[in-house]
Amino acid sequence: MTQATPSSELGWKRHSKPLVPYETSEKLGRFSLLAITLGAFAFLYVPIIVLVVFSFNSARTGAVWQGFTLSWYERMINNERLIDAALKSLVIATVSTIIAVIIGTLTALAMERYKFRSKGAWDALLYMPVIVPEIVMGVSLAMFFGLVSGGVKALVTAVTGVEPEVADVRGFGTLVISHVAFSMPFVYLTVRARLADFDTTLEEAAKDLGANEMRTFMRITLPLLAPGIISGALLALTLSIDDFIISFFVNGKGWNTLPIYIWSALKQGVTPEINAVSTALLLFSILIVTLSVVIQRRQQ
Amino acid sequence: MPDTPTADIGVELRDVVKKFGEVAAVDHVSLAVRNKEFFAMLGPSGCGKTTCLRMIAGFERPTSGEVYINGEAQGATPPFERNVNTVFQSYALFPHMTVAQNVAFGLEMRGVAAPEVKRRVGEALELVRLPHLASRYPKQMSGGQQQRVALARALVNRPQVLLLDEPLGALDQKLRKEMQLELKSLQTQVGITFVFVTHDQEEALTMSDRICVMSQGHALQVGTPVEIYERPNCRFVADFIGETNFIDGTVSAVNGDFATLKTAAGMPVTGRIGGGPDARPTVGANATVSVRPEKITLAEKAPESGVNAHEVRVFSVGYVGSDTRVVVKLGDANIDVWEQNSVSTLDPNYFFRPGETAWLTFKPENALVLTS
Repeated sequence: MTQATPSSELGWKRHSKPLVPYETSEKLGRFSLLAITLGAFAFLYVPIIVLVVFSFNSARTGAVWQGFTLSWYERMINNERLIDAALKSLVIATVSTIIAVIIGTLTALAMERYKFRSKGAWDALLYMPVIVPEIVMGVSLAMFFGLVSGGVKALVTAVTGVEPEVADVRGFGTLVISHVAFSMPFVYLTVRARLADFDTTLEEAAKDLGANEMRTFMRITLPLLAPGIISGALLALTLSIDDFIISFFVNGKGWNTLPIYIWSALKQGVTPEINAVSTALLLFSILIVTLSVVIQRRQQ
Repeated sequence: MPDTPTADIGVELRDVVKKFGEVAAVDHVSLAVRNKEFFAMLGPSGCGKTTCLRMIAGFERPTSGEVYINGEAQGATPPFERNVNTVFQSYALFPHMTVAQNVAFGLEMRGVAAPEVKRRVGEALELVRLPHLASRYPKQMSGGQQQRVALARALVNRPQVLLLDEPLGALDQKLRKEMQLELKSLQTQVGITFVFVTHDQEEALTMSDRICVMSQGHALQVGTPVEIYERPNCRFVADFIGETNFIDGTVSAVNGDFATLKTAAGMPVTGRIGGGPDARPTVGANATVSVRPEKITLAEKAPESGVNAHEVRVFSVGYVGSDTRVVVKLGDANIDVWEQNSVSTLDPNYFFRPGETAWLTFKPENALVLTS
């Protein structure tokens, strides 16, 4: 049997009295945490709140509140170029989302189901675009489409014997391709996450009950993956609508998306109309993200 | 055709091999399941029983050999074109469908008309006593209820054969016992061949008409529960089904249906020759005598017949309700002896106590000489 050594002999000393009373230090800790958290919220949202508030300001310029008005929203709706840009953004977002969803979902299925060498590396390559800086992606896509344009020009010259004045592939097609490129990995990731806890016995059960491959996919696999696919799609849609940098590098003449329009309008100075457009865009994004969260919640 | 199976055979595996990479999960298995039979495939996990079931269902294709259903070679027939249905271990109920939708799925896939589907789904739920839960979702139900939905979903299609993969594995002990009886009576009621995979020997013995005992990809013995328990054909089956004592030795005499072994300590042990017609032991070969604990009796004095009578030392005595379980030492070997409880075994003044000597006997016809 060994005798317990008194703590004083181990060199430990109990403070006879803490510097600050325990309750005070606890209160102080709680207060500072609260203050920092509030600060974080302010940091994130004050600029946005200012933007929203000033979209209702009747003053044309400056940071002085002169009264409430909806006239900037009215002007926004009547601005043909702006509405045109917004519609283009919507079309590009819709088309690129559909393509990204199809490719992303099927790729996720294949990556989940099949075993092959260095699968982890291939998997990493698929979601690489999520972390590749947008500017890098924009520049690389611009260069690539420039090369393609050069190729097209050479081809047309060779075939017709006449050198075309302009041969620019940039436009709707390049915008869609680029948007698919950066949004597909997000669809892939959300579907993959959903697949991770997908019970493949369910597919076997469906086949056992007489469903062929196609019907098994339509009746069992797809409905069960739907929440993942939908939230991936909504994410792709928001990313596409909001994208500026990549679109800026790959859009052709006449294909100004909404963010590009806002940016070019800003060059003529910040007007409350821009605030109104940004607020509308913000509202749209919030709506889609909320929808996506609601859908995921409902499935659980 | 010479190899056409008889009309009575529902499912047949002929020399089936299934390899996963280099490993043979199923190694030259041949067996025939009769129509309307409750057939169990019994073995420890990894013995290949589930792989056999999956080959019958069509989820796996044999590396070589062939699966026959109702006399027809299945080849590469996909699961959705086979007239068999499976009850999965995890039930595999579709979580996004109600109970009724789950049960209706198979009928819909086969293009059965809507009113007929409705009627048969109702009947199937009636059969498993769940008609009141038709509009529930699987996750709102208990394990036992889900189990019954899985049964209804398979049976509603009136398959030729119902395959059950450890269907009671996820249920608690009491529910298991209930479901064992229910499954058995259900099978009699619907008159469908059941192929039932389990690792639980008691479950197999209670429910089955015949059992196939599997180990390491081999089908070791096929027989009725009585045959499997009373006349195991090899050491593994004897050991896996119920409990038994093995006494090793070398064959010293063969006499008709009986053989006598001499243990390392020179004690003679006689038993009936087991292991099928081609397993005749030869004098001088190594063999084992298997004798079940309940077939051995203990006495205070040497019995009149000297066959299989040995003086032993009582090592431990344990009460387990219906039996008293005694471990005795025969030489160095532990021998289990189970005495059914009676007034005499329950009286500590009368029954054996550890350290005492006793005489162990068993009839040669209750012991089996196994050469493999």
